[in-house]
Formats: sequence, structure tokens, C-alpha cells
Amino acid sequence: MDMNEIKEIFFQECEEQLAELESGLLKLNDGDRDPETVNAVFRAVHSIKGGAGAFGLDDLVAFAHVFETTLDCVRSGKLEPGQDVLKVMLKSADVLADLVSASRDGGSVDESRTRGLVKELEALAHGELPSASGHDAPKPAAKPAPAAAPAPKAETPKPTDDSGFQPIPFTFDGFGEEEEPVIEGSTYEVVFKPRRELYSKGNEAALLLRDLSRVGEMSIACDTDALLDLDKMDPEESYFSWKISVKTTKSEDDIRVVFEFAEWDCDLEVKFADEASSDEEQPMRPVPFDLSILDDAPSAEDEDKQAEHGSDQTVAEAVSAAETATSIAKAAGAAARAAERKESAAAAAAAAQNNAAAAAASAGQTIRVDLDRVDRLINLVGELVINQAMLSQSVIENDATGTSSINMGLEELQQLTREIQDSVMAIRAQPVKPVFQRMSRIVREVADMVGKQIRLVTEGENTEVDKTVIDKLAEPLTHMIRNAVDHGIESPEKREAAGKNPEGTIKLTAKHRSGRILIELQDDGAGINRERVRQKAIDNDIIAADANLSDDEIDNLIFMAGFSTADKISDISGRGVGMDVVKRSIQALGGRISISSRPGFGSTFTMSLPLTLAVLDGMVVTVAGQTLVVPLTAIVETLQPEASAIHSFGASQRLISIRNSFCPLVDVGRVLNYRSTQANPVEGVALLVESEGGGQRALMVDAIQGQRQVVIKSLEANYTHVPGIAAATILGDGRVALILDVDAVVAASRGQSLRPEMSLAATG
Amino acid sequence: MKKKVLTVDDSRTIRNMLLVTLNNAGFETIQAEDGVEGLEVLEDANPDVIVTDINMPRLDGFGFIEGVRRNEKYRAVPILVLTTESDAEKKNRARQAGATGWIVKPFDPAKLIDAIERVTA
Repeated sequence: MDMNEIKEIFFQECEEQLAELESGLLKLNDGDRDPETVNAVFRAVHSIKGGAGAFGLDDLVAFAHVFETTLDCVRSGKLEPGQDVLKVMLKSADVLADLVSASRDGGSVDESRTRGLVKELEALAHGELPSASGHDAPKPAAKPAPAAAPAPKAETPKPTDDSGFQPIPFTFDGFGEEEEPVIEGSTYEVVFKPRRELYSKGNEAALLLRDLSRVGEMSIACDTDALLDLDKMDPEESYFSWKISVKTTKSEDDIRVVFEFAEWDCDLEVKFADEASSDEEQPMRPVPFDLSILDDAPSAEDEDKQAEHGSDQTVAEAVSAAETATSIAKAAGAAARAAERKESAAAAAAAAQNNAAAAAASAGQTIRVDLDRVDRLINLVGELVINQAMLSQSVIENDATGTSSINMGLEELQQLTREIQDSVMAIRAQPVKPVFQRMSRIVREVADMVGKQIRLVTEGENTEVDKTVIDKLAEPLTHMIRNAVDHGIESPEKREAAGKNPEGTIKLTAKHRSGRILIELQDDGAGINRERVRQKAIDNDIIAADANLSDDEIDNLIFMAGFSTADKISDISGRGVGMDVVKRSIQALGGRISISSRPGFGSTFTMSLPLTLAVLDGMVVTVAGQTLVVPLTAIVETLQPEASAIHSFGASQRLISIRNSFCPLVDVGRVLNYRSTQANPVEGVALLVESEGGGQRALMVDAIQGQRQVVIKSLEANYTHVPGIAAATILGDGRVALILDVDAVVAASRGQSLRPEMSLAATG
Repeated sequence: MKKKVLTVDDSRTIRNMLLVTLNNAGFETIQAEDGVEGLEVLEDANPDVIVTDINMPRLDGFGFIEGVRRNEKYRAVPILVLTTESDAEKKNRARQAGATGWIVKPFDPAKLIDAIERVTA
């Protein structure tokens, strides 16, 4: 792994943290005051800052730092996260997201916006509320003092006398004497007296002295006077102190920095001493300090040196003795405790293990897998499904009796394949939450821009759908949200005049319905202005001036190409993209979109999308000698028309009467230009389908071959878009079949014919 | 023998940076994502030194350090805390919990290795 890969990980992580941040802030906005929510929000920003620092992304660090400081005020209770505060925070989260994208993809951010927010955040951190409404800044709540962690208590060592051990006094006097080597520089006198806390925090006097020896030439004396007799000794206590004189060209700070980690847990004196006085006033015998023994393996050079200067040996002994003293003491205490605690420790260990196992089980276990691998797996499973179908077919063709054990095996294989496929699809399934979260930002920004007050309510964010669907959903949804904010919801004044809450509501819902995902976007705005839509459609030559249209049909006009109700092109939704583009992208996903509207009460857009773009349950049919697949989700029922049920209407229209209602009959072969004359309905089969507008149509096909799951192969990726055809697939016998785009075929039958130059003359 | 370092950090980015830096410097690295996992893996990891973050979900760095110090076997193992800037209050709390020393983020490899070598023999 190199830094670039880690950076990639960092940006991935940023995305997750940003999502966490936003959802946390939104929860706070809804009145959630769980400290863990605040903590999570804080952590998200903190984490981004930490990583950004590692990669030198200074702009990001600077902003994250200010943001973090303000969040810390919320966390510590100094700042109450009210609506006004959260508004600033949500905006800051947006800016943070922008800064992350700018760091990743290059490009710039709106600097004045960033600066403005930095000011607002700083003001919040200093206790100024954003609304200058005059009320006092909340008094900083008394912060709970951090729970002082008691240093591990030392056990009183058991007297060892009962073993007959006779205490013998020992001292550290009499270790080697050495002439102080003369070097250039100044001399510092250091008195270092560790307290027991120093050891209990994992610091080690010998290591500190080793570090000190790197600062300069030093001589050292250990004061062992405080040491008690062994029977009175507390193994955890610190009895030694050291007096060191260091000759160095470095400064006093360089000496102090050695004790940086330990300075709170020791008495440390560092003073400048000139050479003469230090020599005279040395009360203890100085010992030159060589800590090379602390290194795991002394180098050959070190050993040579030791051989040359025999006296060094004594030094080493001195130090090792000092070390052993501490470790003996520690070991003695530990042994005593160990014996005493053996049982309870064993029990504790067992309990700990149980706890660990339980914790591991309860924590959601996830792994991260590269998307390419999943895609590859899905492709392979797709091939497997096709292969299994082909195998089944050839077995059936060769063994008409259907009794052999091969058939039974095949059935099991089919079931297994299906299960594998479902499991693989489940890997790709993701909740729609991230997309929904993105929408809340768009609502905020656009509402700010147009001066409206809008609340976004989301429901069913955890509804899962294939990742590819989610990825492709964001764009049309964004556009629709923009539209809803810009055109759907009225200005606060208008709303008040109409007796509505000045704050508009947009509701975004996701749910599963019969193997598809249904996404609803509902606003409580003014609804479709049908008079204007109609006029516009006439002006734009979309409908004839005298066309007689139902309300529903008028509403659906907004999905027509070249239609836009906004009188002036606004910044927000008028980017040359109309609802027709939204509709097309939804259709490209194999979805449908429809609108229902009540003047004065708002509009609801309903999108129905497949859960996956990889497979489809389809009905295989024959039309004019071609094999086609009709998505099963579209089919309501199939029926064999009787001659008496068919009624002609106008020049070429025909209706079929089904249970006392009339339904237009659509000849698929005719619409797709497979044949030039109408087929005889009585000789074929009618598929009753529900189209996006809610109306029913009967599709005429010649025969039904069967029903099966097919693996979708994109026609656009491999060939080009063909009107009336959604995609292609490979059937069990290896032939390619086209998947019918039901909505397009129905639309075509309504007179909006498929463009002839693109229609199908014949397909293989 | 290679020295073992247990790193505890909820950020994948930081965890990976620690891993790369430590491995390059010849340490063996064991990772945990938060304080709870840190304490779980402690026994098996048997680290020579621990590097931990402060802000973590489930169990933060302070709680983790206290947990390690309560463990008879590891109460003297050196623990280095990652702090974002020289935040005196956080350092103080970490010390009270039993931290041995600290590393200021963003760290460069030299700084990290230096700090680890300061507290290990």
C-alpha cells in the first residue's frame, strides 16, 4: 500500500464521515439530544481533519478545525444546538463536503462562503447566537471534571519472611569511578527524581536516561539513600533519584524535552552550571553513563569498545543493577500478587473471553469489497443462470419423458442457481439513504436561493435497492427536488395568503412494492397549474389547440420533450433540462414515472424502479416470428381474446372489452414494424399491462412461450438505443431476445409513433 | 524479534498510515478500530507498545487506556496517544488515564518512530 492508496481510502472515509455528519446534524435538528449523536458528529469532523492533516490539505484542515471547535462547544454543553445554530452547522457541513471534493478532484470552492461560515462558526464558539435577537449567550455549563483515573493501586506485598528468607541489606555504593571526559559546550546539572506515577504510566527511568545521554556527554550518579530494606520495600514505589551533569552544545530546552512525557510525574531540575563549580561541588561520585545495554543486541563495535575500556564494564553493571533493582522489585510484587490472584484472574480471563466473544457477535461484522469484484461475480452468476437454462432446455429436448434423475438434478440446480443469484444481488443492495441525504442539502440550498422555507421529510431511507440503481437515481431525483422547491412550493407570503403553513414540506418516500422500489416525491405546494400547462403545450406545438385532454393527461404533459412551465429560466431548475429528461433517465433504468396533482394541495411524483438492473422476470412471447421478453412486473393478466370482445374504433383503433370495460388493443408487431398489417386478435394472446399513467392496455402478441428469469444485457452499451426496446437477453437456447419497453410501446400506440428510421425492420 | 505495536484508531486512513509507517520501520502491527476492540485484542496481541487515538466510538482513548492499565499484565506497557494538536487538556486527561506519552498529528514517520523508540527499550 502506498500513500496514494491511503489517500484514496481517506476520501472514501470522508464520504462516510460527511454522511454521518449530516445525518447527525439532521437528528439534532429534529430535537435529538443524545450525547452520542453529538459525539458522532464531532468525531466525523475530527476524523476528516486528522486525515486531511496527514495529507497536507491545509484548507480542509483549517475549516474542519474551526468547525470542530464550535462542535466541541456543543459537545461540552457550552452551546445549545438550537435551530439557528444547526442551520449554520448544516451549511458548514455542505462547505466541508465541497472542500473535500475540491481536495479530491481539484477545482475551487466558494471562498467568500467559506470565510463567511468561518466567521459564523467562530461567533458561535464565542457564545454569540446567530440571530442578533438580544438574548444573552448561554452561560457555559459547568463542565464535569474529567474523571480522575486512579493510578493502578499497588498491592501490599506479602511478607516473604515465612519462607525463612533472611533480609540482607544491599546498597548501590561502590560502583566504578571514572574521570569525566572533557568536551566542548556548557554543562547542565540535572536532578531527576521520578515518582511512582512515572512507572505506573509505562515510563521508564532507564529509557529517559538513555535519551538524555544522546543530548550530550554525561556523568551520572544514582542516589539510593531512600531505598528501604527489602522487607519494608514497596515494589511499586520509586526510591531512586539521579543527579546528572550533561555537557552539551544544546540548550536547556533540549534537555527538558527528553523528560517531556515524564515531567508531571517526576521532580526535575535543570540548571546551567559552569564547569569549575560542578567539579568541586559534586557530592556524589559521578558515573559515566553508557546505556548501550538497553539495546537488544549490542553491536560488535560496542563490544569492542567494552573490551578496550574494561572500566566501561563497571558502568554497564551499575546501570544494569539499577535496572534490575526496579525489575526485581516489580517482579517480587507481581509474584506475590499473582499467587494471591491466580484464581480470580483465571475467572476474570474466562469472563473477559466470554465478553469478547459476545461483543464480537453483537457488533455488525462487515467486510469491504472492491465493487469490481462484486460486479464480476454478478456477471458470472448471470452467465451461470443462462448456462443453467441452456442445459435444462437441451436436457428437456433430449429426454422428453422427464423422469430421469438428470431432471431431478437439474431442478435442484435451477433452485440453487436462483438462490445464488438472489444472494449475490443482496450483496449489491444498498439503502437509498445516501441519496436521500444528498437531497436534503439540495433542498436547503435551493430554498435559500429562492427565499422559501422548506422542510424535507424522508421516509423509508433504509429501503434497499441495487447500487447501480441508487447511483443512477441521484440525478433525476436532484432535478425533481429542484423543480419541487423552485416551482412546486409557493413563496411564504403566497402560502400564508392561501392559509397554509409558510413553511412548505417536501416528502421523499421509498418503499418496496411487488418486487420494485417505489419512490414518491410529494410537495404541499400549489399543484400543477393546468391552464398554464395546457397553454404552454399548445404554444410549443405539443398538442393541438382544440385537443380534449383529461386532467391526468394535462399533468403528464410536463414530461413531454421541450416543455417547461417556468416563464423565466431560473438558475435553479432551468438548466435546459426538463422533466422529459428526468423521465427518460428513469425509463433508462427500467422504471416508470407518473404525476398526480391536486390544485392548491400539491403534486406527487411517483417513480417505480426495478430493484436490480441485472436480472428481470419476464414472459417470453412470440411476435411475428420474433422472440420477445415482456417484463413480468408490467403484466396484469393474460387472456385469449374472443372475436365478440373485439371492437373496432375509428380507422385503425381497436378495443377489447374485458369485464365490462374497454381497453385499447395494441398490436406489438405493428408498433415495432415487424409487420405492416394488423394481426387477427383472435389468433393471438392479449397481455393486459398497466402503463405508467395508470391506464390499462392490451398488448397483442402471437403466442406465449413461457415465463423465466432473464439476465439483462444492455442494448445501449452493446449496440444503440432502439425505441420500444428496453434491453436484450440471451435465452436458454443461446438465442438473443429483445426485452420490450412496455411504456414506449404503449406510448407509440397512442399515436406518438416510434421514429420510423429507428424502428426495427428485423432482428436476428 | 520484531517489536509489536497495537494501533487503535477509528479512522481507516490513520490506521493505514500507521500500518505502513510501522511496517516500514520494522515493527509488527496489530490493529483495532476502537477502544472496545483494542481491549479485546490486547491479550492475543501482547504488544510491546500501544498507539491509540482519543476520539473513538464505543470506547474512547481515555477509557481504553484505563482499561489497559487495569489489566495486570499490561499495566506497564507504554501507551502513546495520538492528539491532533498540542491540546493541553486532552494530554492532561490522557496522562491521568495512564498514557505514557503522545504523538501530535499529523505525524511524520520519523516523529512516530522516534516517539515509539523513546518509550521502548
